Amino acid sequence: MSKDIKIKKGLTINLKGEAEKTLSSAPRSRTFAIRPSNFHLIIPKMVVREGGKVQAGDTIFYSKSNELIKFVSPVSGTLTKIERGAKRVIKEIIIEADPQDTFKDFGVLSPDSSSAEAIKARLLESGCWPFIIQRPYAVIADTEQEPRDIFISALSTAPLANDYDFSLHGKEKELQAAVTALSKLTKGQVHIGVGKSGSSPFKDLRDITLHTISGPHPAGNVGTQINKIAPVNKNEIIWTITPQDLVIIGELLLTGKFNPERIIALSGSEVKTPKYYRTRIGSEAATFLYDSGLKDENVRVISGDVLTGAKISPKGHLGYYSNTVTVIPEGDDYELFGWTRPVFNKISTSRALTFSWLTPNKIYDLDTNTNGEHRAFVVTGNYEEVFPLDMFPMQMLKACMVKDLDAMEALGMYEVAPEDFSLTEFVCVSKQPHQQIIRNGLDLMYKEIG
Amino acid sequence: MGLKQNLHKLKEKYKGTKMEPAFNALHTFLYTPNDTTHSGAHVRSADDLKRTMNTVIMALVPCLIFGIFNTGYQHYAAIDNTLRLDPLGNFFTWDNFILGAWTVLPLVIVSYVVGLGVEFIFAIIKKHEVEEGYLVTGMLVPLIVPIDIPLWMLTVAVIFGVVIGKEVFGGTGMNILNPALTIRAFLFFAYPTWMSGDKVWVQGAQAMAGQPDAISGETILGTLAANGHPVYSVWDMFWGFIPGSVGETSTFLILIGGLFLIFTKIGSWRIMLSSVIGAIVMGLIFNGIVDQGWIQEGSKFYGLMSEVWWHQLIIGGLAFGIVYMATDPVTASQTNKGKWIYGFFIGFMAIMIRVFNPAYPEGVMLAILLMNVFAPTIDHYVVRGNIRKRMKRLKVKTA
Repeated sequence: MSKDIKIKKGLTINLKGEAEKTLSSAPRSRTFAIRPSNFHLIIPKMVVREGGKVQAGDTIFYSKSNELIKFVSPVSGTLTKIERGAKRVIKEIIIEADPQDTFKDFGVLSPDSSSAEAIKARLLESGCWPFIIQRPYAVIADTEQEPRDIFISALSTAPLANDYDFSLHGKEKELQAAVTALSKLTKGQVHIGVGKSGSSPFKDLRDITLHTISGPHPAGNVGTQINKIAPVNKNEIIWTITPQDLVIIGELLLTGKFNPERIIALSGSEVKTPKYYRTRIGSEAATFLYDSGLKDENVRVISGDVLTGAKISPKGHLGYYSNTVTVIPEGDDYELFGWTRPVFNKISTSRALTFSWLTPNKIYDLDTNTNGEHRAFVVTGNYEEVFPLDMFPMQMLKACMVKDLDAMEALGMYEVAPEDFSLTEFVCVSKQPHQQIIRNGLDLMYKEIG
Repeated sequence: MGLKQNLHKLKEKYKGTKMEPAFNALHTFLYTPNDTTHSGAHVRSADDLKRTMNTVIMALVPCLIFGIFNTGYQHYAAIDNTLRLDPLGNFFTWDNFILGAWTVLPLVIVSYVVGLGVEFIFAIIKKHEVEEGYLVTGMLVPLIVPIDIPLWMLTVAVIFGVVIGKEVFGGTGMNILNPALTIRAFLFFAYPTWMSGDKVWVQGAQAMAGQPDAISGETILGTLAANGHPVYSVWDMFWGFIPGSVGETSTFLILIGGLFLIFTKIGSWRIMLSSVIGAIVMGLIFNGIVDQGWIQEGSKFYGLMSEVWWHQLIIGGLAFGIVYMATDPVTASQTNKGKWIYGFFIGFMAIMIRVFNPAYPEGVMLAILLMNVFAPTIDHYVVRGNIRKRMKRLKVKTA
């Protein structure tokens, strides 16, 4: 079954430094890091102490609020350091890798003949559960509730993002195992969104509902697809998983090993040779950054894409969910009369002496400058141009800012994740932190209602 | 060391002090700041509020320049009526410009100095950045007042308008009423004799009143309200060679400004178009009433009601109000559907007030202020439509 969805509103941001479609293996990282901040609202309860030995797949910590949700080591080695911040919050768990990996054996589990309970138990014990993000609230899925549907977007429209058609090539077997397993966990369907053109490895899989999606970014965001296919209602839960995480789940089921391999797109204008790297969750970014080379010192390294990723240090580690690393120039410089000069080298959705509308296919080299100061909301109507979800973005943001739970619920807060507001944040004239506002709103709701 | 480094050092020095907002306002006027993104999207589009406001000012400049010439022209034409025979030939002259500049520029300067002064004081007291809203308001104000308004009056009005119209609500983005129109309304209700009649629209008319060489000039709306017959041709009205508030007379330049705002996506085309539609509808209704013979020539409403519907668009401040003030995003409806309703009623009410208000025959100011008040209500119902849809979806599911 296949359905066509066409997204009209949005904005595709063409940036310099698209990853070339060649795959290299990054040198093996000396240390690996797990940052609990990657798992929103999870408070870790450590299982392994400093100095403890772990195999790939061994539980390192579990969630304080639900000990079923386990987080495992991506590699075999020695847990050398638990870095803590203010109030002893765990910031980073560093594991020094063995030269060769040994894997904890979870045993083979055939997705076709296994029961839902067995699959769920396997996902929980093997540390694959955190790959499942639920809506509402955009947090790791609740273990108690069954999802109405499961959504997977295998289309990337974000700037310089990982092209799944390339990075999932040849993984059909793992993907099939994973979607078959997941399809048992819901009474609904496993919806998969793929691009109209291209050869997605999902096209010939069974146990799924395939949708072909076209249009500008955020057509590839799973939130957009959910909104167009079957929006989340109150008291419903849906799950979302990224395709590369499916591969890890699939491999776990087929081989019994937790092998958190990532094929990342290293991209951005500051990368000398942007291309794809085979690496592993939690690896040192330096392993591939310096293999490819950076053009400048004053750069921002982002674990993720430029719209939703997190800033990391060039010496830092790859985030748990990231499958793209982007490096762009820092924009910490002044610009003389920047507010009134005609602009040719930046993107704008207006035409106020900004000329990106003349060259929609031009490739830009944007830096991290905000291009203006933070202001109150003034301009109206410009968010709607890039926001394809059927709701009112500005009213939603304002409801979150004033913590009006009733309004948030009525306006559709259950349907959104911060990433759905990344484009409105990009075009915002008042430079408001939209994703942060939505995150805070979701957290408040989770605390008060969820 | 260049200016950039020196200013950067000064910025660091002022950081955390009382004068920080004031310094930053001047600094960011020269240089776009070196702020970088911290959370969320790491790259941002090129637009900021300064650019947005600046675009509106650019759209206003032609009206200002025309207003300067028109001030001189109306003055000399009131003295020597023959000048009106060839308006184009007698319009762009040095005499007109010098007299106009001499009268209009003080209005602009007072408006900006007083208004920005208030903004700076509030920014320092309340420790927020100086916001750009007044850059547009400050330009609008001199263009919507009668030419001979005393500067002290303007000062009082600007202080009132900025404080009561905007700052008490929390500054740009929070206000309910359009600040420029709040200023205009304050003048209108506080000093009515200075805001209407036949002595305020021509430079020098007030000063020369009672003298043997006294001059006067009525606006077209004033003439029509008195059931008189305006002496100006339709082309005069369209190009703007007529008496009126400083910058509102030239429908042609306002049209250009409006198209510029629509093209740059700064002004809402929905509001502009629906306002025009609203005005046309009301004009047609009034024309229909006259055609039906329900209103006789003796009625005090006859003059304005019988004015051909499309003339209503090019006389008075309607066009100016629609293009530059109804579209103020803060006080207008914020939803796209709401903008249609909001705009339509502005045009509709403006013409209605025009006809039925005998004391002051221009309705656009009051129409916009009225709809400013109703804009949140309109939005409320538009948003509720979306909420209903969501509720319905839920009901279908759970039923």
